[in-house]
Amino acid sequence: MELFDSIILILDATLRNATPLIFAALAGMFSERSGIVNIALEGKILISAFAGASAAYYTGSPWMGLLAGIMASVVFAQLHAFATVTHNGDHVVSGLAINILAAGLTAAVGNYWFSQGGNTPNLVSRAEELNARFEPIVFPFAEALSDVPIIGGIYSELLSGHYILVYLAFLAVPLCWFVLFRTRFGLRLRATGENPQAVDTAGISVTQVRYLALLVCGVLAGFAGVYLAVALTAQFSPNMSAGKGYMALAALIFGKWRPKTTMLACLLFGALLAIADRSQGAVILGFEVPVQLVEALPYILTVVLLGGFIGRAIAPKAIGKPYVKERA
Amino acid sequence: MTAQTHSAAEYALELRGIDKHFGAVHANKNIDLKVEKGTIHGIVGENGAGKSTLMSIIYGFYEADQGDIAIDGQVLKIKDSKTAIASGIGMVHQHFMLIQNFTALENVVLGAESGELIDDSLDKARTELNRLSDEFGLSVPLDQPVEELSVGFQQRIEILKALYRGARILILDEPTGVLTPQETEHLFKVLDSLKAQGTTVILITHKLREILAATDNVSVMRRGEMVAHVKTAETTQEDLAELMVGRKVLLRVDKGDSAPGDVKLSVRNLSMTDSAGVKRLDNVSLDVRAGEIVGIAGVSGNGQSELLETLAGITPVDSGTIDLNGHTLDAQHPMNPSQVRKAGIGHIPEDRHRMGLINTFSAYEAFVLGYHRNHEYNGALQMKQGAIIEDCKEKMERWDVRPQDPYLKTANFSGGNQQKLVIAREIEQNPDVLLIGQPTRGVDIGAIESIHKRILEMRDAGKAILLVSVELDEIRSLSDRILVMFDGTIVGEVPADKADERTLGLMMANIVPDEIKALQAEESA
Repeated sequence: MELFDSIILILDATLRNATPLIFAALAGMFSERSGIVNIALEGKILISAFAGASAAYYTGSPWMGLLAGIMASVVFAQLHAFATVTHNGDHVVSGLAINILAAGLTAAVGNYWFSQGGNTPNLVSRAEELNARFEPIVFPFAEALSDVPIIGGIYSELLSGHYILVYLAFLAVPLCWFVLFRTRFGLRLRATGENPQAVDTAGISVTQVRYLALLVCGVLAGFAGVYLAVALTAQFSPNMSAGKGYMALAALIFGKWRPKTTMLACLLFGALLAIADRSQGAVILGFEVPVQLVEALPYILTVVLLGGFIGRAIAPKAIGKPYVKERA
Repeated sequence: MTAQTHSAAEYALELRGIDKHFGAVHANKNIDLKVEKGTIHGIVGENGAGKSTLMSIIYGFYEADQGDIAIDGQVLKIKDSKTAIASGIGMVHQHFMLIQNFTALENVVLGAESGELIDDSLDKARTELNRLSDEFGLSVPLDQPVEELSVGFQQRIEILKALYRGARILILDEPTGVLTPQETEHLFKVLDSLKAQGTTVILITHKLREILAATDNVSVMRRGEMVAHVKTAETTQEDLAELMVGRKVLLRVDKGDSAPGDVKLSVRNLSMTDSAGVKRLDNVSLDVRAGEIVGIAGVSGNGQSELLETLAGITPVDSGTIDLNGHTLDAQHPMNPSQVRKAGIGHIPEDRHRMGLINTFSAYEAFVLGYHRNHEYNGALQMKQGAIIEDCKEKMERWDVRPQDPYLKTANFSGGNQQKLVIAREIEQNPDVLLIGQPTRGVDIGAIESIHKRILEMRDAGKAILLVSVELDEIRSLSDRILVMFDGTIVGEVPADKADERTLGLMMANIVPDEIKALQAEESA
């Protein structure tokens, strides 16, 4: 039974870890499918985490935090669009600039507002009678069933008791698929990422499509950041995104820019992170497993798998190329 | 005012005083054009004459600096492609505007969706496309990704795209460049039936023969200006060529008999599979003798490029052997391009921008690319800049490269002069064997004449020349023997005097006429 419990705990943590990755990877999907390389996911997550935590602290409502986080992330995403679409800037360079800006801005403003070394105050505080964190959602009868073997573990532990954002992340996957593959907007967005000139000559504005794509990207990345600061933890701390944006980007490539496979990649990475957490100090064959090695696994795995095991990942053809009308 | 209403009835498209600058370049100068409703109107001109710019203005891709565009007599401001499409203008671009991993159906629907969800749009388009393709002979597989379809099909999709959007004026930009003669014929039939239904067609091409075969009226452009409007029935190829260039042009080169000598290039059972696992060359064998030009005809993409690249040492040989001027090149004896050059082979690559030149280099640097290790260009430590520049000046003079400025960036020469840079570089090294790919692609008629003359001079000087070109006229006028390639194999050989358009066209579609079969049987016997 102990093994079963461990597995349930790891799977439970997997869902928690995968949630921000899924939001961020879906955000990246909208941007990259429209042809804009999104290395800036990291910065968008960070800024929305900060804005979310700050707003939640001041208003006392996690929902206001979510709104503020999304708005901040959207502003950054539109800044990214301004650089890459309006001014044909290099996608990677402007993306990195956004990441650096987010890292510096959050720490500096945080310190100025709260004077806690860049942290926001804790969102749950008995002294201030504050509870601005999302509450877990407990399924009906979860309490009653929790002692039933197997079913209790799966239903009460694994499925029930997550933050609403976790469930939203998994709902967002089919929704994004629908938008990308079954709507006019999705058709145009995918076309723009493949051949913007063809889109232009079909009478569609490439600029408009890409700005919209980055708008959606901003919204989804906002969910990822807010989840980190207002649900998973109850506080913003500098650089709390800790590479989640890059990992999401890896999951997106690993998942070949498709929603379902990308979600599976996020779950895999989430599981590796969960295992890394639990294997602190674990001993295998008399050696203590260095936790850094386990933590590096998702990245190593990405490199190895992309290197040949999953076949070539075919990126959108026009990705990373600013669209400039050429002289015919 | 009565004249206005009159023109409304008569002209589908009217341009008045269209003017367009790109920086210092005056691409279109005060252009007037009247296209009668329900006719096929040809527009000819050399590369850079401003045809494509003009069409892009009509299609709303660029905005004119000055001038009016009138559709059916009504002056319209076409500020983007969307407006153009809404005004009934459809365009088939030279480089197809298709999303390669979308199906034909999705490509047609893109930008012309009927609602927020695409399923309804796709159903509606399917019905309409089936009707259109029956009516005009434009059937295409609707549910296959476009990348899996032949260029002929892709072009049909482009035409369907325009028709689906209700185009009443259809512009085709160099539509026949990628087609076999038979496909071209079919295209012209389609255009005729469109015309019969009242559609106005504007056909842009540099192939004068096609203008004569397909159009009712023709307008000629030269250096950004409209220089003539004539009725097709009242003109000839020679007249049109003269109008295009501004002087008399020889369309056919005078060619004496060849005097073939020893075999200088011999290929036996050459096969090559690319990285995607597609067989690009399949058991190719051929010989080229000193003092003869062997032409390779075929629709582009049937292995000609791979053949040239393998012979030049760019792509390694999978199986089979090549004898290059006495040096063996096969899987066991690989050679790199530099070694191939040392063996006395000159290579004029098909795509000068991708392989022949570096656009940001000066002309004198372009002249030593690939030969930069040569003794005469190198000192003890550094390259002999002065000697290279002197050498370049001399060659520019001899080859009439204009402007004669060794410091000018390659990108700033015209297409014809860039091509002369490449050809001069290779020929001046005096190779025994010349591999020539698309020598006159994107080169204007005046320059074509001189390039063709040079190639024939090389032949008469006893060089072995392998010529690959998708321009059938070029192959026919230069070659002594013609090999036709299809799908990586050599379909057959035709002597130059038996190589008429129809025969070559059939062979390019992998059909060998009986008389050619008989000829080949005779030869092997």
